Amino acid sequence: MSPYDPQSDVIEVLRAPSSSPVVGAYRVFGETLRGLKTTFARVIEGPHTIQYPEEKVPVYPRFRGRHKLHKFEDTGLEKCVGCSLCAAACPADCIRVVAAENTPEHRISAGERYAAVYEINLSRCIFCGYCEVACPFDAITMGHDYEMSDYTRSDLIFTKEMLLAEPIERTPLRREGE
Amino acid sequence: MTPVLAAVNYFEPWWVQIIKALVVFGVIFALLPILIIYERKLLGRFQGRYGPNRVGPFGLMQPLAEIVKFAVKEPFKPSTSVGWMFRIAPMIAILTAVTSLAIIPFGNVQRVLGQEVGLYGIDVSVGVLFVFAFSGISFYGILLGGWASGSKYSFLGAMRGAAQLISYEVSQGLALVGVLITAGTLSLTGIVHAQGGMWYFIPQFAGFLIFMTASFAETNRAPFDLVEADAELVGGYFTEYGGTAFVAYLFAEYANMIVVSGVAVSLFLGGWLMPFGIHPPGWVDPFVVLAKMLIVLTFFIWVRATLPRLRYDQLMSFGWKILLPLATLNLLVTACIVVH
Repeated sequence: MSPYDPQSDVIEVLRAPSSSPVVGAYRVFGETLRGLKTTFARVIEGPHTIQYPEEKVPVYPRFRGRHKLHKFEDTGLEKCVGCSLCAAACPADCIRVVAAENTPEHRISAGERYAAVYEINLSRCIFCGYCEVACPFDAITMGHDYEMSDYTRSDLIFTKEMLLAEPIERTPLRREGE
Repeated sequence: MTPVLAAVNYFEPWWVQIIKALVVFGVIFALLPILIIYERKLLGRFQGRYGPNRVGPFGLMQPLAEIVKFAVKEPFKPSTSVGWMFRIAPMIAILTAVTSLAIIPFGNVQRVLGQEVGLYGIDVSVGVLFVFAFSGISFYGILLGGWASGSKYSFLGAMRGAAQLISYEVSQGLALVGVLITAGTLSLTGIVHAQGGMWYFIPQFAGFLIFMTASFAETNRAPFDLVEADAELVGGYFTEYGGTAFVAYLFAEYANMIVVSGVAVSLFLGGWLMPFGIHPPGWVDPFVVLAKMLIVLTFFIWVRATLPRLRYDQLMSFGWKILLPLATLNLLVTACIVVH
């Protein structure tokens, strides 16, 4: 008979056969000794703790951490042209872009316009990566930095200069096959 | 007169007894925080982690930091509690635990500065009964503490404690009677001297196992920590206690562990005697006892790291249906052998 029949009011509970004295004695002593052996093997094995502030878990290459803005390596011009597509794509509405015209004597980006103001409110950001997908010039990408806690909310609004700068501390990256 | 044996009812001058009391008390109270950090570090290792390792070198200052934290806490008292009982209950717990320490023998009678000094608090002729008397009183610490808190969880913990401690003290006592009738004395130093030929954990192995199992229950250690049961009773009888009163309960528990391991060492593991006929000078004796106690305490921690907590009915049926008959059988067999 099946253990559970939805038509029936009676539910048969399957139980293990009641133990004999030999089985009981084995459970008391044998299994206890086996348990003691198991825990002692953990002592031999040593701890697995990662001492976080000193040691860090390496992140995967596609880990979505804090955003980075990019410049062209050869000319040093900013890739961002202030098109605000990232701000439009952002579901958390945390990106603010104010664009301005490039002039020949004051050229900041490679395009016609540049982002005069580029702010990301990281206390709102949900790290979905849509801004990265929306950007037509690969100007914004998600970095690997995840240590962003701060004492005030206003400190979590990252400006363009902060996003363009290299992160102070590099997050370790997981190697291939690790 | 140079007594080779620690004579029962051998009394030193009063000032030696006071100094001895202070030394034993000081050493054990210095050992308590070390035991706490040792347990936490070792428990960490058993679980594949480090344990506390931030405060001081290797985290060894952790108990110190915690004691300071507890000491500066507000002495909180719930409005439903019975005030004066709520205050004296932890004192009963710590008092009885510390008093039992007095009879643990740390060594033979030594000549210190021209004065015969027994390396133990007192050597009473009733010996083990003294420990049992005070562990009987220490239930009041748990019962009153749990009841006077005026909280459901504390009350449940206290009730469990009453049932558990009473059930297991029977088996614990019976397991020791085997040793007592083999040695023919109740004095702990006398029992240690009687183990010169063979430590009693070999002829009394069943008694040793029963005593250790019952001791886990007596000291509220896992797997019999139903009294505390932090997962279900949020701490049991000391749920409502904070600050120094909580520390008193904590220290009482660990002092009880030290007492039980001391009794186990004196009764089963040969006290200050060394194996293989080694006779070190007298000042080594206390360190031998402490080292043996450390081994027993390590076993306590090892078991705590391994075994899950028993269900309440399992606890009761194990105590009354398995442990007590085994202890009685052990006593009967020992008595028959001794008489024969």
